[in-house]
Amino acid sequence: MSQTWVQAANLLAAVLFIFALKGLSSPRSARNGNLLGAAGALLATGILFVSGIPLNNLAFIIAAIAVGSAVGAVSARRVKMTQMPQLVALFNGVGGGAAALISVIEYLEVGSQDRIALAATVFTVVVGSISFSGSIVTFLKLQELMTTRPVIIPAGKFVTILVAVATVVGAVWLVVSPQAWLLVALLVLSLIFGVLFVLPVGGADVPIVISLLNAFTGLSVAASGYVLQNVLLIIAGTLVGASGTLLTREMAKAMGRPLTSTLFGAFSGTTAGGAGSGSDRPVRSASPNDVAIMLGFASKVILVPGYGLAVAQAQSTLRELADLLTEKGVEVDYAIHPVAGRMPGHMNVLLAEASVPYEQLKEMDEINPEFSSTDVVLVVGANDVVNPAARTDKTAPIYGMPILDVDQAAQVVFLKRSMRPGFAGIENEILYDPKTTLLFGDAKDSLTKVVAALKTV
Amino acid sequence: MEGIALLTVFILSIFVGFEVVSKVSTVLHTPLMSGANAIHGIVLLGGIMVTGAATEPLEIGLGVVAILLGAINLVGGFVVTDRMLEMFKPKKPAADKSGGAA
Repeated sequence: MSQTWVQAANLLAAVLFIFALKGLSSPRSARNGNLLGAAGALLATGILFVSGIPLNNLAFIIAAIAVGSAVGAVSARRVKMTQMPQLVALFNGVGGGAAALISVIEYLEVGSQDRIALAATVFTVVVGSISFSGSIVTFLKLQELMTTRPVIIPAGKFVTILVAVATVVGAVWLVVSPQAWLLVALLVLSLIFGVLFVLPVGGADVPIVISLLNAFTGLSVAASGYVLQNVLLIIAGTLVGASGTLLTREMAKAMGRPLTSTLFGAFSGTTAGGAGSGSDRPVRSASPNDVAIMLGFASKVILVPGYGLAVAQAQSTLRELADLLTEKGVEVDYAIHPVAGRMPGHMNVLLAEASVPYEQLKEMDEINPEFSSTDVVLVVGANDVVNPAARTDKTAPIYGMPILDVDQAAQVVFLKRSMRPGFAGIENEILYDPKTTLLFGDAKDSLTKVVAALKTV
Repeated sequence: MEGIALLTVFILSIFVGFEVVSKVSTVLHTPLMSGANAIHGIVLLGGIMVTGAATEPLEIGLGVVAILLGAINLVGGFVVTDRMLEMFKPKKPAADKSGGAA
């Protein structure tokens, strides 16, 4: 195939990627946008094989594509919606790893690159590796294979700065005098830095870090495009790098967290919140029957779903409860915090799965003024997003995050598994408030009992 | 291609990238991140190119790993984004039959 046609096809693929991102910015066109992106990727990959560039090791290439695609597709199909954020983190990490590897291989093959290409190689290796190891740590945190609290290692600040300086020095040295062992050393240093970079980040801030690492991977892909003189990689990588940076800022804004305090907050030592303190203070707990009566005789109820609801797979039961209350003439709304679940928009996805009508889902700014005129707020498996410490306690890791003002309502009912603190690992004062009632147990179990009791009220 | 031409493409892409996501609602942050994540999976092409040019066993081995990782990123990324967005399709009439909740 002539080079003009190959370039035209790559141009088309680039345009499809732009349409994909544009489409993903609006609910109506999002799904088609994603399909356009996939079409662009398919086109570009297909064209590469008929473009006439020499392809040795074709059997290995085809086999690796087949296995990788199968692994990606099957894990994406099988993953539970609740675990989807960590899968995205993992996909992002392997992309960064691939970019870093590609630059290493190109370096081995070509041997002597000019200065700019060398700089691009170094950039890809460093940023791609940081994205890889950082994403693995975010995966481990979200999967709760390791603690979700900020991890503070002794002299962590010092060690991190040392590794960062060594990485920069190594990078400059490599550009000045290229040596293979130095490239390997740089790869290892960057991997370590990625881990150190993410360890101090608290659980609630992890989504912001995923988004940032996503932008990192984009930029490293763009740099690898420069190394390989491939325009499509430059365009696609830069698009993701730029849009990902903007998205990271938007997310941080939605959570009311300046990006710097998200990333470096743990170093200043302010985030080790007082979890577990005072857990033996008295709380008021109630039976499902009491809760059903409170709800049944209210005139306005707001439901606040959280991650615990999703884990218990209780979305449909909650919807059943809402329907039942509506039938009894109670006004029911769902209050959706922007980061309810594990990521911005995650809860909307989970409730849509249980076919909760979209119109009943109220966003935070819309619902917050309504709490003061609400009789009962039912908080199901949420904690951090209703914690007033975000407003009052300057030492809390979530300080400054906008929250749902459930403490303004006349009564608050928490369905909770235990008194364990939420993902951010801090105590919630509302739990001890006299107007708060707790119903302990699995969210689905409790909701089922409340629904049964409500039918007899 | 000339360095300056590649730089032009790079700079213009930054502006396009900022522009296309400038107005996005919080609800779509997660799918958008996931979709962007899938797009950088196109790094797969780079993996194919370097493996196609490889001669040493070490290069081939690393190349195969790079392709594997790139393909997981690309295919998995688009599939998982599609699964999220499946949830946003217009409600079926079935959702209405449960007693005027809608």
